[in-house]
Amino acid sequence: MNHAVHKDYSGAKLGMWLFLFTEIILFGGLFLLYAAYLSRYPREFTAAGQDMHVGFGTLNTVILITSSLLAAMAVTAIQRNERRNVLFLLGGTILSAATFLFNKYLEWSAEIGNGIYPGSPRLGNGPPGESVFYSLYYLTVGLHGLHVLIGGTLLAVVAVRVKRGTVHAGDFVLLENGALYWHLVDLIWIFIFPLYYLIL
Amino acid sequence: MAHEKATHHIVSYKNLFMVWLVLLSLTGLTVWVAHHNLGIGHVWGSLAIACVKSGLVVAFFMHMKYEGRLLRLLLFLALATLAIYIGFTFFDVLYR
Amino acid sequence: MTTVQPTSANFWNDTGKTGITSWIFSTDHKRIGLLYFYSTLGFFLVGVLLGLLLRIELMAPGRTIMGPETYNATFTVHGVVMIFLFIIPGMPGAFGNLVMPIQIGARDVAFPRLNLFSWWLYAIGAVIVLTSLFTGGGPPDTGWTFYVPFSARTGTNVSLAVLGVFTIGFSSILTGINFVTTIHRLRAEGMTWGRLPLFVWSIYATAWVQVLATPILGITLVLIMAERILGTGLFDPGRGGDPIMYQHLFWIYSHPAVYIMILPAMGVISDVVPVFARKPVFGYKMIAFSSLAIAAAGSLVWGHHMFTSGMSDTAILVFSFLTFVVAIPSAIKVFNWVSTLYKGSISLEAPMLFALSFILLFSIGGLTGLILGAAATDIHVHDTHFVVGHFHYVMFGGAGFAFFSAMHYWLPKFYGRRYAEKPAIVAWALMFTGFNILYFCMMVLGLKGMPRRYYDYLPEFAPLNLVSTIGSWILAAGLVIMLVNLFRGLFRGEPAGSNPWGGATLEWSIPSPPPTENFDREPVVTHGPYDFTKAGVQ
Repeated sequence: MNHAVHKDYSGAKLGMWLFLFTEIILFGGLFLLYAAYLSRYPREFTAAGQDMHVGFGTLNTVILITSSLLAAMAVTAIQRNERRNVLFLLGGTILSAATFLFNKYLEWSAEIGNGIYPGSPRLGNGPPGESVFYSLYYLTVGLHGLHVLIGGTLLAVVAVRVKRGTVHAGDFVLLENGALYWHLVDLIWIFIFPLYYLIL
Repeated sequence: MAHEKATHHIVSYKNLFMVWLVLLSLTGLTVWVAHHNLGIGHVWGSLAIACVKSGLVVAFFMHMKYEGRLLRLLLFLALATLAIYIGFTFFDVLYR
Repeated sequence: MTTVQPTSANFWNDTGKTGITSWIFSTDHKRIGLLYFYSTLGFFLVGVLLGLLLRIELMAPGRTIMGPETYNATFTVHGVVMIFLFIIPGMPGAFGNLVMPIQIGARDVAFPRLNLFSWWLYAIGAVIVLTSLFTGGGPPDTGWTFYVPFSARTGTNVSLAVLGVFTIGFSSILTGINFVTTIHRLRAEGMTWGRLPLFVWSIYATAWVQVLATPILGITLVLIMAERILGTGLFDPGRGGDPIMYQHLFWIYSHPAVYIMILPAMGVISDVVPVFARKPVFGYKMIAFSSLAIAAAGSLVWGHHMFTSGMSDTAILVFSFLTFVVAIPSAIKVFNWVSTLYKGSISLEAPMLFALSFILLFSIGGLTGLILGAAATDIHVHDTHFVVGHFHYVMFGGAGFAFFSAMHYWLPKFYGRRYAEKPAIVAWALMFTGFNILYFCMMVLGLKGMPRRYYDYLPEFAPLNLVSTIGSWILAAGLVIMLVNLFRGLFRGEPAGSNPWGGATLEWSIPSPPPTENFDREPVVTHGPYDFTKAGVQ
């Protein structure tokens, strides 16, 4: 009972998009809380927003958008059979991911150093809306950072397979799906950035 | 099993680059808007620009512009679901 | 496992692999389906035991066999096990996996390795939940709903239990993704959407709920862990949080979750009733459409669990109104099943007995749901035993009995052997009787004012509580007889043949047990799922 292993490109892509929907809704829960608490504490959210480091935020936004460009270019490159370009582009994406996380580390070190972290005495003594803002900030950005790590790792795995030749112009759905995941990470940040850094 | 001719549309480097430039400009715009006094308009304005940016990422970087109707419909379904979760919660939040 | 038909090559023996590793590392949807079946059934029995213990405690006022803290932990674990370890994974995981791919004419699901991963996540999550019962502060005592502020503060092992549930939720999401993709992409030639068995339609609708609702459970559980471990204070009024926001997030998932439980069950009934009435189902299109409608409308009504929480009156109005809307597609199904029976040639074997009692018990549960869904009457019965009666009628009398129907209907296909009919009917009769005594008493008690989740009660409630407990023993006796009879039949009974029931859906056109690849050649479908004449089985 031999059968050819039939790979379903459209099915694999459909499956990936369905997974992305679940990620959108996962973060959606945190955005739901943000929306509800913003409507309750508009002034405290604005005040806390003003204390956020817009420079870090903008820089990280540019980094992620650029990394998204590189990932999209990698898909084009593999479709054109430009294997070396694929590896460079994926490498660039992963490097951007690492830079993003490093920036996050610097930013959080500064904030935690200033006594801003969930359950801190400083936030405990401040207005309730401020504590809520920062708790949501750490949870949302933290969960997002975890996804940056996962996405970067995923693309590294894909890059290894491209190097080995198991992902190639005739069968690249793994790269395409990996890039889709990476774009999702970018998309979530596109909403995090204005809501946390530009509430002024 | 459906044997389909995979229509692998290739997005050119040039188009991707253009989208990137637009995304950067919109980022600049949203930062500029935030620093000018708009009150609560900040939130809606920022969200609107974020929606445009994400629309571009979905359409061009994620190839949605070149996908079939089914996938677009399903994305709309997922987004509508999230909108309902948030929107219906506001029946409570807004009217306490 | 060599007790099954040794003469034919089938999925039990045709891969050449044996031993436990050939099961727990198999990517065959049938083996994975049986893995789900046995693990979820095992947890069902754990849940039954806990339920029996609860009923013994409630048999008389005051302390009977346990103290108040133990009682809280017992009803919490009973709920967590029944909901997260039995019915939510069990219906799609067991019968969805076993039957759906064959019913659409496929060799397997779209992502077989992901399917195996789903089961492993379920197994790991279950182990984590079990571990939480015996470590740290002991089993959680918050109720399966984990409401804040108590869940953020109690010393019991909430974080670990919740991590286990999170893992199981991830399993559910992946199964949903797998099944949606499978049904879109792997239907055989001629298997149009309009020829899908109604069980497949129900699995499809269920899969969408799994995909779109479960992530909210995920984030809600993460938030509980964050409250406890990081002290985020997002639901702590002392720090600006709002406990009602927790309830919104929790029920945004947990209401659609009940449709994950009931939709596959309704799908079983829709497949069983036509076969045992020898008549095509009445209103195929409406039943298919109503599955989607229930999934959609069921996502709009979560606030009906929160009428007394402090939510706004506007929200109360909106959610109460929409709750009446979601009753409509369910009622459509009931009317269509009954219409299918009309002038049918009805034979009362075990699958049909469980299916018919589903229709009655689900209707009672559904109607009491309307009393709960009407905000005004809900004020009186919220958090009383009326609620407990209601949800056991729909989840046990409904989903549970449908699970038993599916067991008797489909397991002979996968084992190639039949159970004995007479003991099955006796078992059903005991279960039906015991069930109604057990739970109808609760509804009366609830209307009289007996609260739920209270360790003790007023002496005036004692007689009905005693009667209810006796009902639980009759039900348990029936359960034991059912399971002993079924498994004795599956392992040692008469050969079943490929189509013991005269069904017209694709699973009955292949041998019992099926070969690993399901079909010799990809089938070409030329008739509908209940067209007994064209299928040659009338």
